[in-house]
Amino acid sequence: MEIDSMLEDDMKSQGVHVTSFEQLINWGRSSSLWPLQFGLACCAIEMIAATMAKYDMARFGAEVFRPSPRQADLMIVAGTVTKKMAPQVVRLYNQMAEPKYVIAMGACAISGGPFKEGYNVLKGIDRFIPVDVVIPGCPPRPEALLDGLLTLRAQIAKEKLMGSHRARHADPLGTAAFPVPECGAHDLEPTSNREIWHPLPVLREVEGVEA
Amino acid sequence: MISASSKSFDAAPMIESGPDDDSLLRVSLGPQHPSTHGVFRMNVVLDGETVVSLKPVFGYLHRNHEKIAEGITYLSSMPYTDRLDYICPLSNNWAYAHAVEKLAGLEVPERAQYLRVILAELTRLINHTAFAGFILGDMGAWGSALMYAFRERELILDLFEDLTGARMMANFMRFGGCRNDLPDGWAAQVSRLVDDYGPFLDEMEKLLVGNEILLARTQGIGSLSKETLVNGGISGPMLRAAGVNYDIRKVDPYGIYERFDFRIPLGATGDCYDRIMIRFLEMRESLKILQQALAQLPEGPVIDPKARIRNFKPPVGESYARIEGPKGELGFHLISDGTTKPYRYRIRPPSFINLTLIEDMCLGLDLADVVVILGSVDIVLGEVDR
Repeated sequence: MEIDSMLEDDMKSQGVHVTSFEQLINWGRSSSLWPLQFGLACCAIEMIAATMAKYDMARFGAEVFRPSPRQADLMIVAGTVTKKMAPQVVRLYNQMAEPKYVIAMGACAISGGPFKEGYNVLKGIDRFIPVDVVIPGCPPRPEALLDGLLTLRAQIAKEKLMGSHRARHADPLGTAAFPVPECGAHDLEPTSNREIWHPLPVLREVEGVEA
Repeated sequence: MISASSKSFDAAPMIESGPDDDSLLRVSLGPQHPSTHGVFRMNVVLDGETVVSLKPVFGYLHRNHEKIAEGITYLSSMPYTDRLDYICPLSNNWAYAHAVEKLAGLEVPERAQYLRVILAELTRLINHTAFAGFILGDMGAWGSALMYAFRERELILDLFEDLTGARMMANFMRFGGCRNDLPDGWAAQVSRLVDDYGPFLDEMEKLLVGNEILLARTQGIGSLSKETLVNGGISGPMLRAAGVNYDIRKVDPYGIYERFDFRIPLGATGDCYDRIMIRFLEMRESLKILQQALAQLPEGPVIDPKARIRNFKPPVGESYARIEGPKGELGFHLISDGTTKPYRYRIRPPSFINLTLIEDMCLGLDLADVVVILGSVDIVLGEVDR
C-alpha cells in the first residue's frame, strides 16, 4: 500500500515519520544482509577483496560473513559449481533461514563459464536454486559485486509481503527447500529442477522442416 | 549422499571406515568451512580432541582443465592457466609459456625475460602477503591481518591492471614473449611500490614475530623430517622451511634468474611458524630481485617477432618445464603430436602434492591445529583439483 506523499511530507515537517510495515521490514532486510562465508573458486578471492580495505562492503551493511548457513540470509555463489559440489550448495541453501537470497557471481555460477564444456561442471546454479541477481564477469570486479548487492537491495525494497504478487518467502505455501540432486552414474540426478529452471527453447532451423 | 552407494561417483561417504571404536568422534570438515582455502574436505577421526586419522577428500573443484586443454589450441589454454592457482595467475602463465617454448624451441627477447621476472616476483609478493593474512584468519584473527594484506595486494593488482587490463586473470604471456609492452611510467610505479613494500613488511612482522598467540599456535606444530618431505615430493616454501635448500630458481635456473643476486632463506624446524617466517624472508628476497630487474630493464621488443599466433604447431615431441611458483614447483608436461592441439597436457601442481602429507602432519595434534596446518601448506583449490 502506498502512503499519500502529501501526508508523508506534512508529517515529516512535524518530526513524525510515516511508513508502512512493508517498507519498514524491507528497509531492515535490505540494509543488513548477512552473506554466507562460502567461496568456491576464483570469484571468492574477489568476494573477499570486496569486503577488504579498498572496497569495504561494510558501507552497504553486508560485511558480516557468517560461516554457518543458519545465520546467513544471502548466498553468494562465487565460483565454479562442479557436479560433486552442487548437492552441497543446494543443501546449504536449504539450511538457510527465510528470507534468503542468492547472487550468482561470475560466469561459472551463471552458466559454467569457461569451463562449461567440462564433464564435471554444472552449467549454472540456477538449475537447482532460484537466483535473484547474476553478476557477469570472470571474475567480476569487486565493484561489480557491490553493484550486484545494490541491485539486490533495490529488489528487496520493492518486495510485496501480501497479496497475490508477494515474495516467495512471504507465501505460506511457498517452498524454502529444494530437492538436493544426487550424484548418479553419469550426471546429477535429476540434472535440473524443472520447477524453477525454465530454459528458453532451442530453436533450430532445419532445411525442409517448418518450425 | 551419506551412504556410499556403488553407483555414486561421489564415493566419499560421510563416515569413513576407520578405527572402529564407539569412543571416537568422526567429523567431516568441509567442503564448506570457515577457513578461506576453498572447497576441500577432510574426514577426521578424533579421540577427544586428538586427531587419530585424517582422510582428505578432493575433487570438489575438479573443472577438467587438463581435458579441456587437450581439445583446444595451445594458446587457448593460456587463459585457463590463470584460473589454476587464481591468487598468482602470472606465474602460471609463465610456467605454461615456458613449457611450450621448450617444446617449440622459441627464444624469448631480453625485455620480455625481465618483464616476466618482474611479474613473477610481484605475484610472489601477492601470494605470500595474502598467505600471511589467511593463516592469521585461520587462527581466529579474522579481519585485521587480512585487511592489511589485501590493502597491499590491491596496490599490486592496480599495476597488473595497468599492464594487462585485468586485475586477476591477466592472460598476459605469449609463446616467445609477452602480450604488450609496458604503459608509460609503469616501471617507475613498480619501483615506488618496491620501495614502499619494505616498510609494510616491517609493520606486518612487528604484528607477527613476537605475538604470543601466534607463537603458541604455530611453534612445534606440523613439522616433519626432511626425509619425509623430500620423499613426499614436497617443494616450495614448505620444503625450505624444514631446511632443505631446494629452489628451482637456483638448482635449475630458468629465464634469467642466474643474473640476479639473491639468497634462498631456509628454516630450521619446518613447523608452521617457520613456514610463515620463511615467506616473509622470501618476500624480502623478491624485493631485491625486483630492484635489480627494474634497474637493468633493457629496451627492445617484448615478443619474438617470428612467434606465430595463428596455426601454431609445435614439432612432435614432449617437454616438461618447471618454475618456482610461489607455492612450489609448478610444472607443465606437454606431449605434441604435431597438430595445433596438445596430445597430452599435464600439470604438476605444487599445492596438490604439498597437501598429500597432511595426515602425517596432523596425527596426534588437536583439531584446532589441523586448520593452522592446512593454512600453512598454502593451498589453492583451483590448483589442487584442477
